[in-house]
Amino acid sequence: MTATVQPTSRPSAPDPMHDSAQLSTRQRFAIIASSILLGALSSIWQGAPNWARWVIGSSLVYAVSTYVASRLVEGRRRAADRLATVVFTGAFAVVALPLISLVWTVVERGSKRLDSEFFTSTMRSVVGEGGGAYHAIIGTLVVTGVATALAVPIGMMTGIYLVEYGRGRLARSITSMVDVMTGIPSIVAGLFSYALFVALFGPGTRSGLAGAVALTVLMTPIVVRSVEEMVRLVPDELREASYALGVPKWKTIVKVVLPTAIAGILTGIVLAIARVIGETAPLLVTAGLAQGANWNPFDGRMTTLPVFTYYSYVQPGLPPSAGQDRAWAAALVLGMIVAVLFTIGRILSKILKPKGLR
Amino acid sequence: MMQPDVQTPAGDATSMTAPNDVAFQVEGLNIYYGSFLAVEDINMVIEARSITALIGPSGCGKSTFLRSLNRMHEVIAGARVDGTVLLNGVDLYGPKMDPVVVRRRVGMVFQRPNPFPTMSIADNVLAGLKLNSKRLKKSEAAEIVEKSLRGANLWDEVKDRLDGAGSGLSGGQQQRLCIARAIAVEPEVLLMDEPCSALDPISTLAIEQLMLELKTDYTIVIVTHNMQQAARVSDRTGFFNIEGTGKPGKLVEMGATNKIFTKPDQQATLDYVTGRFG
Repeated sequence: MTATVQPTSRPSAPDPMHDSAQLSTRQRFAIIASSILLGALSSIWQGAPNWARWVIGSSLVYAVSTYVASRLVEGRRRAADRLATVVFTGAFAVVALPLISLVWTVVERGSKRLDSEFFTSTMRSVVGEGGGAYHAIIGTLVVTGVATALAVPIGMMTGIYLVEYGRGRLARSITSMVDVMTGIPSIVAGLFSYALFVALFGPGTRSGLAGAVALTVLMTPIVVRSVEEMVRLVPDELREASYALGVPKWKTIVKVVLPTAIAGILTGIVLAIARVIGETAPLLVTAGLAQGANWNPFDGRMTTLPVFTYYSYVQPGLPPSAGQDRAWAAALVLGMIVAVLFTIGRILSKILKPKGLR
Repeated sequence: MMQPDVQTPAGDATSMTAPNDVAFQVEGLNIYYGSFLAVEDINMVIEARSITALIGPSGCGKSTFLRSLNRMHEVIAGARVDGTVLLNGVDLYGPKMDPVVVRRRVGMVFQRPNPFPTMSIADNVLAGLKLNSKRLKKSEAAEIVEKSLRGANLWDEVKDRLDGAGSGLSGGQQQRLCIARAIAVEPEVLLMDEPCSALDPISTLAIEQLMLELKTDYTIVIVTHNMQQAARVSDRTGFFNIEGTGKPGKLVEMGATNKIFTKPDQQATLDYVTGRFG
């Protein structure tokens, strides 16, 4: 590597406008190749060769050697630039790799049971192989749907109140309560809902509605926050233009402010749904587990995908691999539902986005 | 509250026709923001079907005063007035007067063009009617759109893209679209708050010509920092001033534009219009 450095070309006083010396393509290639090689050596040196150690070792060697070579050839500013590029790219990789690995694992293991039986049959009188998550899929859709139907109107109205009407102490205390609600642990929301329904309908009550109420508690503050932010972004000039045309305030909000902010609000709602659709703990407490399909959120236990996944894993039955495969497939289906929701949200906000808002 | 205020007040405006009759009569008007007195003791008469310009240094309260003419200042929390503002003899601050009704009679154009980004050009023009849930037949709507856009000298430029986005127009076109939107509801008065300050000279010229055409039908009150503009377009000019920061703005002098710009009664006015101010 030292052979690639040409000390003669190093400018004594680097001209900031014209960097005369640059690492050539061949030099950069040499650095990459030697980094990979050194990384491989380091991974063997500590025992059996190992992919992760190889990648991490090579990256570290690459970062250091690029900086040193660039410092010698190109000067300090370029070297700092190259080092920063490596560090930031590395940070991105650290974030992205676990995500890719996670998605890969779920897809690989989940696709084993992604057959038509999985989507059409329940777990009624299934102990071993076979069975499906039909009941859990409709459970998740019903519970999340009811939660959305409860949380979106409440959240939207609260958010609009905070921006358009709220003044003084009441608005401030609502804002801080919304902040507190954002931090509620999900199991606490579940226990709250459970206690509420026990108080209303007697001990041991479990229903889809109770689960939906627990999710509503978690979802509302997220909706409030995003609606508040999006409505605040609407320029005051548009409200004034509307008032000046003799439009009353409530109509200005409904017909001018909300349509202008709707794209962002929709994105916020989809994010809120995605946040709660994977909740396990509160649904374990409130909606419980059932072996068969239940469309009625007001009566009886209702299985949801996260709870189904959990039970399939901890009580896999015999042989255990059947239950574990079902768990992975359910996790994959849950992921797919979220992906579909995101896509719909994206498309809707593309369509509804006001054209050319400054 | 939906039904009674839908009727447009154009009817009672046409009943008073003689030129140079009085549109606004302002007496002893004080405007407050909370406990702060922003504008003090304004007495003013604004003639109908003419252009009245309000000039004065920044912060002297001329925009605040303009907004009090259609109660737009009330959008800011804590704003209130005392004194009377009569429009064609009707007290705009009377106990039963709804600010929404006032704003239907007194339209406004703002400093920065603000077409609604969610609406097409045609819908922007119809916004005042549609947002007030007026049902329009298609032919009727098309007629209003054409009439208003022609009124704002914009028809020829946009007639082929009425369904396009209003924000796709140039700044000057957007401002004329806003004027079309304001005149589509057929107000009696148009208030303009520095309508040309965000525009280039050519667009400014277009707006000024438009104002001269509009004054045959509308009473126009314009706030401007551009004294040449005031001199070019207005019939009467009012000069506002403040003695210092924290003091209320006052109307120093008001009269025919010619007089204000050549031999005003007050020394302060002369200093301001000749550029010897500050």
